[in-house]
Amino acid sequence: MKICRVAMLAALALVSGAALAQTIKIGFITSYSGLNANLGPYMERAVRLYIKQHGKELPPGVKIELLVRDDTGVNPDRARQLAQELVVREKVNLLAGVVFTPNAMSIAPIATEAKVPFVIMNAGTSVITARSPYIVRTSFTLWQSSYPLGQWAAKRYKTAYTMVSDFGPGHDSEEAFIKGFTEGGGKIVGSVRVPLQNPDFAAYMQRVKDAKPDALKVFIPAGKTATAVMKNFSDLGLDKAGIKLIGPGDITTDEELPNMGDVALGVLTVHHYSAAASRPANKAFVEAWKKEYGANETPNFLSAGSWDGTAMIFEAIKQQKGKLDPDKTMEIFKSWKWADSPRGPISIDPETRDVVHNEYLREVRKVDGKLANVELETVATAVKDPWKELQKKAPAKK
Amino acid sequence: MTGYTGNPRIRWTEWLPWLLAGAVFFLLPEYLALGARILIFILFALSLDLILGYAGIITLGHSAFFGLGAYVAGCISAKAGVTDPFVQLAAAALAAGLLGVLTGAVILRTRALTLLMLTMAITSILLEIANKWTSMTGGADGLSGVTVAPILGAFRFDLFGRVAFIYCLVALFLAWFLVRRLIYSPFGAMLTGMRENTTRMHAVGAPVYLRLIAVYTISAVMAGVAGALLTQTNQFVGLNVLGFELAGELLVMLILGGVGRIYGAFIGPVVYLIAQDYLAKQFPEYWYFGIGFILVLVVIFAPGGILGLLDKCLPSWKRRSSARASAR
Amino acid sequence: MILYVISVGLSVTMGLMGFINLAHGVFAMAGGYVFATALGRLGMPFPLALLLAFVITGLLSVVLERLLYSRLYSAGELAQVLFTIGLIFMAVAVARAIYGTLAPPVFLPEYLRGQVHVLGRDFPTYRVFLILFSAILIVSLWFGVERTRWGAMVRAAVDHRAMAQSVGINTRRLFTLTFALGSGLAGLGGGLGADIIAVQPTYPFEHLVFFLIVVALGGLGSLRGPFIAALLLGIADTACKYWIPELGAFLIYAATIGVLLWRPMGLFGTRV
Repeated sequence: MKICRVAMLAALALVSGAALAQTIKIGFITSYSGLNANLGPYMERAVRLYIKQHGKELPPGVKIELLVRDDTGVNPDRARQLAQELVVREKVNLLAGVVFTPNAMSIAPIATEAKVPFVIMNAGTSVITARSPYIVRTSFTLWQSSYPLGQWAAKRYKTAYTMVSDFGPGHDSEEAFIKGFTEGGGKIVGSVRVPLQNPDFAAYMQRVKDAKPDALKVFIPAGKTATAVMKNFSDLGLDKAGIKLIGPGDITTDEELPNMGDVALGVLTVHHYSAAASRPANKAFVEAWKKEYGANETPNFLSAGSWDGTAMIFEAIKQQKGKLDPDKTMEIFKSWKWADSPRGPISIDPETRDVVHNEYLREVRKVDGKLANVELETVATAVKDPWKELQKKAPAKK
Repeated sequence: MTGYTGNPRIRWTEWLPWLLAGAVFFLLPEYLALGARILIFILFALSLDLILGYAGIITLGHSAFFGLGAYVAGCISAKAGVTDPFVQLAAAALAAGLLGVLTGAVILRTRALTLLMLTMAITSILLEIANKWTSMTGGADGLSGVTVAPILGAFRFDLFGRVAFIYCLVALFLAWFLVRRLIYSPFGAMLTGMRENTTRMHAVGAPVYLRLIAVYTISAVMAGVAGALLTQTNQFVGLNVLGFELAGELLVMLILGGVGRIYGAFIGPVVYLIAQDYLAKQFPEYWYFGIGFILVLVVIFAPGGILGLLDKCLPSWKRRSSARASAR
Repeated sequence: MILYVISVGLSVTMGLMGFINLAHGVFAMAGGYVFATALGRLGMPFPLALLLAFVITGLLSVVLERLLYSRLYSAGELAQVLFTIGLIFMAVAVARAIYGTLAPPVFLPEYLRGQVHVLGRDFPTYRVFLILFSAILIVSLWFGVERTRWGAMVRAAVDHRAMAQSVGINTRRLFTLTFALGSGLAGLGGGLGADIIAVQPTYPFEHLVFFLIVVALGGLGSLRGPFIAALLLGIADTACKYWIPELGAFLIYAATIGVLLWRPMGLFGTRV
């Protein structure tokens, strides 16, 4: 079989000059409806913008076809169905996208069975990359943001309360923060997990207020839930009671900030990407975004994840001259590095196939009259996913 | 509606669906995953039709049984390591049946709105449990790691869905056979009697309450099996199996096909799921709107669903052909 | 408490008119959107925006009632259930198409934000306002139904439509008006609640169970019932989330089942 393949490739190579355009099909699954459904477009736009800007870098005769599918929110059943169809019916070369962890988890077995590389451009629970050897992630993990957050917070605050949404990323963020915070000498006075759908934060906020922590660390899925949290935080007077709101950057996403109003001012977060970052690569990115999609539009961290993911895919296409072999592609992915991404230097950890990047401390301030996540300092550099690092050190622990 | 007065012998037209399924298996190998899904929903719709169409119980809580079956099958595989598919099915059927008997005994004393409310409340409770009991159900993340051993040691569930399709087809066939026997029996006659005129049934001395529980339980078992099949073919369970949107969609499918007749449960899901496969991806908003619109139209103008419409067309067709015959 | 305002409309239509209207949430959602748009984009003052929500939703319901609902007054429960579910689907799609999937931002006026100090504890101003508003609402509604001629006519028409018609009451118009009132109240509730319960396209589905629970628990055809039910539910829900967050909404459902089994007609129901 191998000789056959080599012979075929050789034959193809010979006629490649005269060959017709080769299409790389990418099955792009993200959310356009359902919970926090506005996030899908942020990912798709980033991918398309990159393709538009860098299309000429592709080998001659190669073009990319993006097959976009809506998984309708947190719907692992549907996501799996879509992935299966993309792989079996459309015969895609790559799978990409996915906002939500449950969806990514259900797609994983399909990637493995069909040997289709799956580039995760958002879903942030640490364990996902372990579910299939064909998964590589260019977005982030909650441990990467919440663990340094905990360590940093322990230097400033003595006590903290955690409030997270009750699903994979939430659990990760809670665990990571608590570990970082307690390691630094802080004390956790309370933890609560809020249901993912229909959370009415008022009752929970009241509890937090009564516990009187120095800081409240929140994690909820990026988007309008964050606005609801902000409102409840101020409505119940927690800010006046001296409790500081902190969390990973998901709670102050760039596109949702204008809706939060001034109540978000002063919130401190730790994250790998802010649209207000001043490095040149990001300025160019944001400028191109506004030019293409409108002056009032802004990219967010999902866009960053998708942008970088597309850059990585391009690298694989260029190196293989448009003929994607799944295993070779994974090799290229695993050794990918980019010093000039909008979020700073980024690379993939070959052992875990997860992204490695810097984490920055940001504060919500008013810049030119608009709210923005201003990056104050780099809290941690080249952070590998702490959870997996911990797993390596203590394999007996689950 | 045809029912117990019909001839219990199987008409030749009733073999058509099975022939069609066989044809699909050989001619459309790329669509078998969708096909398996359709078969599962036909089973689900059939279970609902049993109580909705034949016994007249309006419920929005049928996904409780479906979801319970799905989760039981998933949990004993992922958490207890039981991978034999038939054992999983049996466990799901048992659990769903148990829930059916228990809840049926309790809620079937009420009617109309109260009954509807109670069915929804039960489903909501199950949803809450599934949501909170993350160690068992995976919560909002869903339950992954469900493995199903190859059937009879030889047939593995593959990516293309071939085995899944045949598996579901066999399950559906058995269920269909059972339902048919039920409908065309004195039991079925009494079901229709209860639907049409409950008071008189009481007067005739029929044990209405007990029979209602019986049919409710049978329906619950079928729904539970359908749920388990979904878990087995997907090797995954998500919270949406217990959601109201699923129950709503099922209702639409059944109404579309025609309530109170076995084949309504066949036609409805086929039409709905195929249409959804083509249209929903391209135009999700229009799809949703279209479904609602069709539902409204069907309710106002064609309460018998597609089969109902066919019923109206066919007699005139028959009349014309017999007129032609007699004219010669 | 927002639940009450929305649910009382449902109790009115379902109890007084015997029509199972699952699409009630649609009117609440419509009101919410109108309110948010008026307040946000058109910059109207708060009370005016609320009024607009009430009126527009009421008008919308009249249109729907005349065109569609009236055909199904005598159809079975199944038909009504299916029809209203179909309406929900359509409304959800329309809302998504017009407004997108994000909830429109709602910025309350200054005098309603922050907190008031009552009995030694701080309460969010807005919620206190809601409770007071609902109380006023129930009083005026009760007054309307029990003491006015209109209320008497509605009760008569519901009890025995033919008889009422023979006495000269225009039942058709009466039903339309009552339906408009019920739906308008839903719209009002949606607007009032827009700050707390986000107005998004999936609104009717998400909160359907709650509306129905409040009505079923409180009892059809009664006004006091849903109020007390909503009050109890609201308190129980908040208390549960405060003391035992792990159980969540579980207790609410269990309580519903318990109460409905003990009293199938609800706590204060006059008819099933």
